[in-house]
Amino acid sequence: MNKPLRRIAIFCGLLVLALLIRDNWLQYAQADKLRTDPHNRRVTIERFANPRGDIIVDGNPITDSVKTEHGDFKYKRTYKNGPMWAPVTGYSSQAFDGSLLEKVEDGILTGNDDRLFFRKTLDMITGKPQMGGNVVSTLNGAAQKAAYEGLKRQGGKGAVVALEPSTGKILALASYPSYDPSSFAGNTSADGKAWNKLQKKNNPADPMLNRALRETYPPGSTFKVVTAAAALENGLYSTADQHTKSPLPWVMPGTSTQLKNEGPIPCKDASMRVALKVSCNTVFGKIGADLGNDKMLAEAKKFGFDSEQFTPVRSNASVFSDDMNTSQTALSSIGQFNTAATPLQMAMVASAVANDGKLMKPYMVDELQSSNVDPVAKTQPEELSRPLSPENAQILQSMMETVVKEGTGTKAQIAGAVVGGKTGTAQHGVANSANPYAWFISYAKLPDNSSPVAVAVVVEDENANRGDISGGGLAAPIAKDVMEAVIHSKK
Amino acid sequence: MSSTSNSPTHHTSTIGAIGAPSRRNTELALLVFAVVIPVFAYANVGLALSGEVPTGLLSYGLGLGLLAGVAHLGVRKFAPYADPLLLPLATLLNGLGLVCIWRLDQSKLLQSLPNFVTAAPRQLLYTALGIAMFVAVLFFLKDHRVLQRYTYISMFGALVLLILPLVPGLGADIYGAKIWIRVPGLGSLQPGEFAKIVLAVFFAGYLMVKRDALALASRRFMGLYLPRGRDLGPILVVWAMSILILVFETDLGTSLLFFGMFVIMLYVATERTSWIVFGLLMSAVGAVGVASFESHIQTRVHAWLDPMREYKLSQAGVQDGTLHSEQAMQALWAFGSGGTMGTGWGQGHSDLIKFAANSDFILATFGEELGLAGVMAILLIYGLIVERGVRTALAARDPFGKLLAIGLSGAFALQVFVVAGGVMGLIPLTGMTMPFVAYGGSSVLANWALIGILIRISDTARRPAPTPASNPDAEMTQVVRPS
Repeated sequence: MNKPLRRIAIFCGLLVLALLIRDNWLQYAQADKLRTDPHNRRVTIERFANPRGDIIVDGNPITDSVKTEHGDFKYKRTYKNGPMWAPVTGYSSQAFDGSLLEKVEDGILTGNDDRLFFRKTLDMITGKPQMGGNVVSTLNGAAQKAAYEGLKRQGGKGAVVALEPSTGKILALASYPSYDPSSFAGNTSADGKAWNKLQKKNNPADPMLNRALRETYPPGSTFKVVTAAAALENGLYSTADQHTKSPLPWVMPGTSTQLKNEGPIPCKDASMRVALKVSCNTVFGKIGADLGNDKMLAEAKKFGFDSEQFTPVRSNASVFSDDMNTSQTALSSIGQFNTAATPLQMAMVASAVANDGKLMKPYMVDELQSSNVDPVAKTQPEELSRPLSPENAQILQSMMETVVKEGTGTKAQIAGAVVGGKTGTAQHGVANSANPYAWFISYAKLPDNSSPVAVAVVVEDENANRGDISGGGLAAPIAKDVMEAVIHSKK
Repeated sequence: MSSTSNSPTHHTSTIGAIGAPSRRNTELALLVFAVVIPVFAYANVGLALSGEVPTGLLSYGLGLGLLAGVAHLGVRKFAPYADPLLLPLATLLNGLGLVCIWRLDQSKLLQSLPNFVTAAPRQLLYTALGIAMFVAVLFFLKDHRVLQRYTYISMFGALVLLILPLVPGLGADIYGAKIWIRVPGLGSLQPGEFAKIVLAVFFAGYLMVKRDALALASRRFMGLYLPRGRDLGPILVVWAMSILILVFETDLGTSLLFFGMFVIMLYVATERTSWIVFGLLMSAVGAVGVASFESHIQTRVHAWLDPMREYKLSQAGVQDGTLHSEQAMQALWAFGSGGTMGTGWGQGHSDLIKFAANSDFILATFGEELGLAGVMAILLIYGLIVERGVRTALAARDPFGKLLAIGLSGAFALQVFVVAGGVMGLIPLTGMTMPFVAYGGSSVLANWALIGILIRISDTARRPAPTPASNPDAEMTQVVRPS
């Protein structure tokens, strides 16, 4: 009877061997896949097991973490001045994942990023809980406050972006209406309700839309700065005051349609300086038509059109089309037809002009830190392109400064600084029936010829009187407040 | 069998040599480890969960030590030549199981479930009863061959035990498997655990008598010995019984366990490979046949083939008449998240398995918190128990003892395979429990009794044989064999 017994012994051994092999497969070969499976609740438990690192503005955190009272997610995110900072921070929610900086820099904030590996290992060895690193932003608290308060005062939808022209640092990034990301940071039914209330289908104002980065508007007359740059760069005109020989009325080539100006303004044979000051559609439309689609497109692309920006938070690509006929190019060159720009894009335009033609890559993360504030990575300013030569940039600056000194942008004047700007009132909707968008883009120059800030403001106001909307009236005061806040915080 | 026991020149191979050491002190030394390891594990859980050594450490350590001591003294007194490994291995598993159950008792998630009970104190009580059962087996069963007298009573008993869960008012349907009975005032019992032992007794007794008929009367066909039609009777009966279990109690594991045990014992008794082939064919036919109409079995198979889909269905709360359970996937995640070294005691999240986390699925907690290393160690401990059981069968001097020992060891191995394989997703899940580590009174009691019987057989096997009387005829009556 012993021979079959030995065989049964081998059989039992094989059973155990099969289990051992299966166990190795599960816990060694498949372990990583199972451990990091997004459905595996441990992934989220781990994520909220320790306080997140903070997002820092002007040396102070604008975020915090608190212990939750129920459930297996230990910590939840809180925000200071949530609605004001929401377009920068985004949200980090136990129930609804995350967005913007919270999402892009999640690895640093949770401490899982490979760059924190050394720290993580050290904490593991010393038995300390894993701590997240900090994200030091480039933003300027005073400028952000001025931007958000300005938009709130207007009461309509809108956005503000302010940049430091010499580096590309984002100083302000506001969007209105906004939301408090603290309100749905947890995992309770109250959080779910707050989230649902903010969704576009339940809230037509769409407060969670980041208008500064993710919404494109027709830029209207502010786009004339790009057209003027194209005229100078392509040698169509070489000075600001050269007569352009523009006829009035001007019929768009290939059509029988006259391009209209807003009111009886002196646009016949006007110089570019005058045309920018009073915002002549005929002059800049003709420049666009004369240069043609390809040259206009090339210049617009140098300013950053038609490509997404990663700040590192992604912004939508602004649009300048590449397949237009002459009349469409003319309309596009005054910021109509298909042309559409994010507020960030128009701030980049102002910034490039102010920085003597050099466009810096916009960014909002200055430094990443480990939990004990050792620097992990620092962002170096990076040149994106040169849409203008320094000489042409200075010509364009003098034109934009005329706009603020004696043109449509007088409300942006600041004592002790030279301001250059351009207003815009962009028409949109079927047959231009919707309320236009009020735009203002500008920069400020200090007496030492440095330029600390360039800003773009857009306000869309469905409640305002159609006549009241003009870039100079609605948007310029906000731009002024933001620029002043930056100048004062520099002192 | 015939080659070892009746030739005096052969008896040193598997029978303990005359005057062999009893190995009781080895057993005691190993028992110390088997008690100390769980005590450290217990302290470890406390430190991980609350940062302090649990207050019950001393009483727990003393309790486990006392139980092990009683069991050891029982062996020393009633089975002094028994295998020295079986008791420490079982004690170690039981101790680790207690720690794991206590650890899961601390889970807030499990505490929030509607039918939560603090399981560890109960399991400690079951363990005490189990040890009592173990000592009682050693005390009352002075010779395992006595059981041979109860062959047909055992058959009757096993049938009663297997039918009990189907009796209206007594049986309980828990998560689809009807393998439980509710005894008022006592709680739930799993009669299948006891039926395992009783059936082994019946099979051993029956096969010992019939094995010659089953082995010799056969025709040779394509290299296999085909049994005669009328000799097929017993295997057909057992097969039908397994199928009935599968159909009425909807438990694949129990069914597989009993049929597998019978085939193993049949093969050992007859030494005919053809029985194995028959057994495999019949179980395949039976399983496929039943699975084609039994929805509970189908659900289990679906959950095995695509646990992720079942998880998603259960999360979405799909109501389509079958019960969708996230458990299979949760168990796999627990294993995967443990990785090679595990999270350490008390630091995993295996409580996400929720229902039956401390019984059927307890291996997943070991997987997550002790990692691949821990689970391999535990599987090897089970392997060692089986190996000691098979060794006992080899060493046993009587065919009944051999059959009983291999039946019990084989059933033990099959049960470990079916449960661990189910939890790890190697085979479909069944409603059985890991011997010794899982929470449950029936399982603990029955398995301690099983170890008791194995220890009894091994004691008989290793007991020094009476000095063979010098036989002057030995040289003259040599058996001439055809081989």
